[in-house]
Amino acid sequence: MKEETVIKVEGLTKVFGDFTAVNKISFHVRKGEIFGFLGANGAGKTTAMKMLIGISSPSSGSANVAGFDVYTQTEDIKKSIGYMSQKFALYDDLTVKENIRFFGGIYGLSKNRISQKSNLLIEELGLEKVAHSLVGSLPLGWKQKIAFSVSLLHDPKIVFLDEPTGGVDPITRRQFWEMIYKAANNGTTIFVTTHYMDEAEYCDRVSIMVDGNIEALDTPKNLKTHFGSDSMNDVFLKLARS
Amino acid sequence: MRVILYIINKEFRQIFRNKGMLPIIFILPLLQLVILSNAATYEINNISFGYVDNDHTHTSRALIDKFRASTFFDVSQVFPHPKESDLAMLQGEVDVVLTIPEHFERDLWKDKNIDLGVTINAIDGAAAGVENVYITQIIKTFNKNLSVDMVQLSNNTVRPVLIEGIPLFWYNKTLNYKTFMVPGILVLLVTMITLFLSGMNIVREKEIGTLEQINVTPIKKHHFIIGKLFPFWVIGMGLLTIGLVLAKLIFATPMLGSLALMYFYTSIYILVILGMGLFISNFTDTQQQAMFIAWFFVVIFILMSGLFTPIESMPEWAQFLTEFNPIKYFVEIMRMVMLKGSGLTDILPQLVKTTLYAVIMNAMAVWSYKKIS
Repeated sequence: MKEETVIKVEGLTKVFGDFTAVNKISFHVRKGEIFGFLGANGAGKTTAMKMLIGISSPSSGSANVAGFDVYTQTEDIKKSIGYMSQKFALYDDLTVKENIRFFGGIYGLSKNRISQKSNLLIEELGLEKVAHSLVGSLPLGWKQKIAFSVSLLHDPKIVFLDEPTGGVDPITRRQFWEMIYKAANNGTTIFVTTHYMDEAEYCDRVSIMVDGNIEALDTPKNLKTHFGSDSMNDVFLKLARS
Repeated sequence: MRVILYIINKEFRQIFRNKGMLPIIFILPLLQLVILSNAATYEINNISFGYVDNDHTHTSRALIDKFRASTFFDVSQVFPHPKESDLAMLQGEVDVVLTIPEHFERDLWKDKNIDLGVTINAIDGAAAGVENVYITQIIKTFNKNLSVDMVQLSNNTVRPVLIEGIPLFWYNKTLNYKTFMVPGILVLLVTMITLFLSGMNIVREKEIGTLEQINVTPIKKHHFIIGKLFPFWVIGMGLLTIGLVLAKLIFATPMLGSLALMYFYTSIYILVILGMGLFISNFTDTQQQAMFIAWFFVVIFILMSGLFTPIESMPEWAQFLTEFNPIKYFVEIMRMVMLKGSGLTDILPQLVKTTLYAVIMNAMAVWSYKKIS
């Protein structure tokens, strides 16, 4: 876990008119790491993430994701990453299987690979009974688990998760994090934003954004020692209030 | 290429799964075809006709009978005084009032010039014009018959020379307005449905957030757009087919030209409309916005298409604007091919313009679809 860097960000900035949403942030993420990207609402997390996944052009600075440049190689980045947004983004009017087939298809997976992956995914999530139900009819927690699995379909090097557990019950959140750990163990790098501080404790390293800047970046343990707090919740409040 | 097939497959599933959408796509347009083709008529019938007869003679009654015999007029009202007829006109009870002067019969026999009073409600100027023609024709015929009668009675050997034009109506011999309207309304159906469906489509994905998910995949822009357009292209062609069959079965609209040519032209035409729809949806954030913009163009396109009003009578600047109206070309082609049996060389100018239009519109749609903001 010490060698390969998969995300390199140096002075990355995004300006909307005279508002600086993301102000010269710099950090590195290592392969297989679970990197927590925290911050209050409006701190610039989502904007920063959108630049990294190639759907928003940076105003200045540089960033390299999975070995590709965010200015010139966005389409190459997209081949190597998975993404799950805070807005649920599978098709409600397609069945579980149809969603898997569609996303597998547009990532260019072969037909055999799609049906193989699809069976595996349904078995792992225990969805045999609802495989042919419309996604819209499933509970949110299930949908989120499916969406996460779908974002892993093409075996991406990095998965970006934007508040993946928003509105999900504690048991499902726990199961969700088990899935995240499993993916990380398989060598997938996880870049996750969250508002739940207990989830921040599960991360290998955590960065905390305040008003477009990264104010702290370390392991949860070191952050707690540094700020003299006994929970990440405390650390977050101290930083966000100052 | 395989990617496109996956998108097409997905779109078709979504369209046919949406039980609320299917009737809108297939049933409403056909109802429109049946209703509009019958209702959107240029013919003026059942004109409510009143008269003031100040003469009360055999001749004046004969003139009224001529109107009564005509299928265009609905002779319902007799007014003793012009005052009452004016009031009836004001209240909308009559549209035409004929006033026969005193001594009508006597003056006619004396070979005097007689002035008949004809009052027409001209709020709808076009209708008033047509009514005027009908009235003049009836009076002329009556006058002719009358003079012939009088000539015979007086045993005069000199007969008046009457010159009469006999019109020949080409391409629509019986002046059946349905024959004229059906191809045009078919154009509207194909255009409106395909424009609205494609215009709503990408915006809808923006609204529900799936477009962002698509944008983080390595999908190629043109693959995505082709995959999105193709299902609506098929629906457009399907609508044309159903419409043509109905036109034949219900309205017995002739199909003199080549059906293959019709389909060939339509296949290109639909691309123009789909490109336009996608272009709109790329610049809007909600389905509402897209709908309003689509309506804005549809209304202008329809009213300036030559479907309801002839383009030749528009002011020059408006005639120039119609050059950019795809519906105009489609209406022209439909009428030319169906009613005149025009061939490829006849429709070549429109075909070339439409093809150019399709290329430009779709290039703009692909260009304006941005995966990066």
